Amino acid sequence: MKYVSLVLISHSYEIVSGLKKLLNQVQPDVSVAIAGGAEGDIGTNALDIKKAIESVYSEKGVVILFDLGSALINAEMAIEMLEKKENIIIADAPLVEGAYAAVVEAGCGSSIEEVVRASESAKELAKLND
Amino acid sequence: MTFGVEQAEKWIITFNDKIQENKEYLTELDQAIGDGDHGLNMARGFQETVNKITSVNYDDLGSLFKDVGMTLIAKVGGASGPLYGTAFMKASLALKDKKKADVKELVEALAASLDGLKTRGKAQVGDKTMIDVWEPVIEFLTNSETIQPKELSVLSKEKMEYTKELEAKKGRAAYLGKRSIGHIDPGAASSYLLFVSLAEVFTGGELSS
Repeated sequence: MKYVSLVLISHSYEIVSGLKKLLNQVQPDVSVAIAGGAEGDIGTNALDIKKAIESVYSEKGVVILFDLGSALINAEMAIEMLEKKENIIIADAPLVEGAYAAVVEAGCGSSIEEVVRASESAKELAKLND
Repeated sequence: MTFGVEQAEKWIITFNDKIQENKEYLTELDQAIGDGDHGLNMARGFQETVNKITSVNYDDLGSLFKDVGMTLIAKVGGASGPLYGTAFMKASLALKDKKKADVKELVEALAASLDGLKTRGKAQVGDKTMIDVWEPVIEFLTNSETIQPKELSVLSKEKMEYTKELEAKKGRAAYLGKRSIGHIDPGAASSYLLFVSLAEVFTGGELSS
């Protein structure tokens, strides 16, 4: 695959489902998978996250973005359960802004390190210009 | 008394009964300093676990605990799923193919669970988490020749209550900082129930090596 893929994890299915729509509009070439909610409820699930990673796995890499606490624990567990664990990085980034920056960077054909850096730099982003 | 499949199943079933009885209480603790889902998540996860293990005949402790761990990982949405799931998965590796365990083997398995919990949750003693119950309990058991139910219950209760004094460093509660002081940690409370349930399995007969 030509591009780094993204996996979005949230406690809420609606959050990542909406975010994926936004990202697909910005950069339709980049594969984006989501794992949101647990058993139809609020939460996260390691097995769902594992499936999401597998569905967009690319030799070029997969960057994972998550919302809160236990999403990270489940993402780490999902990676441990994978057969192919190479080139998967969890970004320390805000979910919405970080994913937006990541999809733009990934769409330029950038490396996984560059995509992670772009998403993490979203933490420093000033949203008001005054 | 030995710890075999029958005792292990009794442990999980007793723990589930206590979780169901204390579902509201655990939820209240979690509403005070977390996101309020601990009681519901634990109740759902352990009910599914009990349904699973009572529908299968196990030959050994490893495969029993593996099913417990996998069910929790698959069915619990909050942090408690991967954490308790990891604890039982680690115990299942330590007890692989074992039909029964003596004190030393059981405690070694629980020590492996504790290591898994610390790695998974990146928490240490004093962070106001389940580790504040697990670590002193495992240390106590490691230094005991037998498992004495009364001491085990008293110690885990004391350690759970002590989390009230601590300021949270992990999980959603960490966002509250000093405001988390004065509340028992919900994960410590459920861990207390886990060890009390283990103690009940041994009531009427200590497990000796």
